[in-house]
Amino acid sequence: MFPKIKLLLGNIFPQLLLILVMLVMVIFLSVASPFFLTWDNFRNVFDHSSLYIIMALGMTFVISSGGVDLSVGAVAALSGVCMAVAMQSGLGVGTSILIGLAAGGLVGATNGSIISLFKINPFIVTLGFMSLARGLALIITGGIPIYGFPRAFTWWGSGHIGPLNPPMLLAAFMAVLAALVLNMSRFGYYTVALGGNEEALRRSGVSIHLYKIMVYLLCGVTAALGGLIVTARLNTAEPLAGWMLEMDSIAAVVLGGTSMKGGRGSIAGTLIACLLLGILRNGLVILSIPAYYQQLLIGMIILTAVIFAEVRSRKGLAGTHKKERSTAV
Amino acid sequence: MSNDAAQGKRIPYIRLRNIKKSFGHVIALDGIDLDVYPGEVMALVGDNGAGKSTLIKIISGVLNPDEGELSLNGKTFKHLTPSRAIELGISTVYQDLALVDCLDVASNIFLGREPLKACFFVDKKRMNRESEELLRRLKVSIPSVTTPVEFLSGGQRQGVAVARSINLQGRMIIFDEPTAAMGVSESARVLELIRSLGDEGFAVLVISHNLHHVFTIADRICVIRNGRLVKDFRTENTNPDQVVGFITGSNRYSGEYTEESITAWR
Ligand SMILES: Nc1ncnc2c1ncn2[C@@H]1O[C@H](COP(=O)(O)OP(=O)(O)O)[C@@H](O)[C@H]1O
Ligand SMILES: [Mg+2]
Repeated sequence: MFPKIKLLLGNIFPQLLLILVMLVMVIFLSVASPFFLTWDNFRNVFDHSSLYIIMALGMTFVISSGGVDLSVGAVAALSGVCMAVAMQSGLGVGTSILIGLAAGGLVGATNGSIISLFKINPFIVTLGFMSLARGLALIITGGIPIYGFPRAFTWWGSGHIGPLNPPMLLAAFMAVLAALVLNMSRFGYYTVALGGNEEALRRSGVSIHLYKIMVYLLCGVTAALGGLIVTARLNTAEPLAGWMLEMDSIAAVVLGGTSMKGGRGSIAGTLIACLLLGILRNGLVILSIPAYYQQLLIGMIILTAVIFAEVRSRKGLAGTHKKERSTAV
Repeated sequence: MSNDAAQGKRIPYIRLRNIKKSFGHVIALDGIDLDVYPGEVMALVGDNGAGKSTLIKIISGVLNPDEGELSLNGKTFKHLTPSRAIELGISTVYQDLALVDCLDVASNIFLGREPLKACFFVDKKRMNRESEELLRRLKVSIPSVTTPVEFLSGGQRQGVAVARSINLQGRMIIFDEPTAAMGVSESARVLELIRSLGDEGFAVLVISHNLHHVFTIADRICVIRNGRLVKDFRTENTNPDQVVGFITGSNRYSGEYTEESITAWR
């Protein structure tokens, strides 16, 4: 019993730590500013976080599978541009959104196909697609933002559903779906197994190409959903939108306790990390710290999280490993 | 002799003809012919690097041969894939175990064939229950089927790998050095299991360096050296010294055997 509890605690330790950090931040910011602890401000935080949550969910799958996707920011822009062009050409809002999502899925599936079939490092492939998708977005728009969309489209960014808004609900819905899929479906098991031991999965008779392609396809679709929200929120399809969103997504996933080496993924962790980063950004604004520092901070957070995870996996897990072994003998 | 004649009439589970495989300049297999029969435990012995693991990886579809063919169920294949091999009833315990460290014991045992409920959710409860039953039947002691395999000892991991291959419910089971990381009592149990699988009618192929184990469980002993099958013995017609001679290539032993030299090994 005891080792089991320890194991469970070990597994959710990064998330517990995040919640603790989040509480400290909330207390500090509440004291620093009377405006922080208001519903309006929290709504603000959730609203901003929803974009990051949706994009980081797809990234959680990719990183759990032992990969990475650097193209998500550019794919968000490209998808937004595709939706805009479709609407301009007279297509309906629903059809246009589907076209944008399909574009994101297509880029994702192509990423996955090249990575899997040619066995190329995902870092390089998705770096290529980052440039390619951005280039396409610029070519399609001629570098000029497209704006002015039907109300039914901008609703996805700035509509209201009671006290909440569509991005928040979409993020919540996607998070529940992602948790169910990653933890309870075959696709989720195989995603983690891809990151843990791809060869073992192959020898079990599972098509690793199919599942790898699906993982990147999923990430492309969540990136496109991010594109939908950005475009609808600004009522503008901007070819340079989503700049550095790949960094924010990766930061949230790694901070949430998903292993950069693959084989371990936590949707709850990603969710908590996105909220933590959301509160951090909000705090910086409230404390009127210049936006440039956000970039600096995100970089520092990624590095800290990666170092922390590495040290923990070497010390903590290796320690339990030895202990279990000696009791087993 | 009558035994050999009877075997000639039986139909092999799998028949390999002229299997060749190279890795760059290294010729791992140089024209292997091999028949494996149901109801028989066949041991494949040979020095390190002789090509044993390469051969079983070709049988289980993990590697494609450069030349040659495999016949099963009256069909002939140029090569297999892991899923085709599993469909054809071949399950394998790999030397490098092929377990996913971060998944728990039950998930590893069912990897690739997870039972589903509501057509989508993996039926974890059923996986846990059936894994527990299976491990109990195989007398593999593991603290809990929900422990990630990275926390298990070498012997326990091998136990999980064996359970995994049994769970595939194939008719041919391949073991690549299954007892290498096991203690005395653990390996005794696995050897017992291998022998009983042979008696139950499975086609069993075992790779082992331990000639004592080989002589305890095998009906047939094939010696592979430098990628060639140099000798195919019935166990009762040989002895360890002779087998060692063929493994090393010295052929020191004349080939006669005495009752004592065999019983001494058993
Ligand atoms: N993936 C591989 N790449 C290159 N050489 C290999 C590979 N697998 C096996 N070999 C070589 O093939 C030969 C046979 O190896 P193997 O089948 O593993 O031998 P055994 O299992 O009998 O010890 C060895 O010389 C080994 O170095
Ligand atoms: Mg070997």
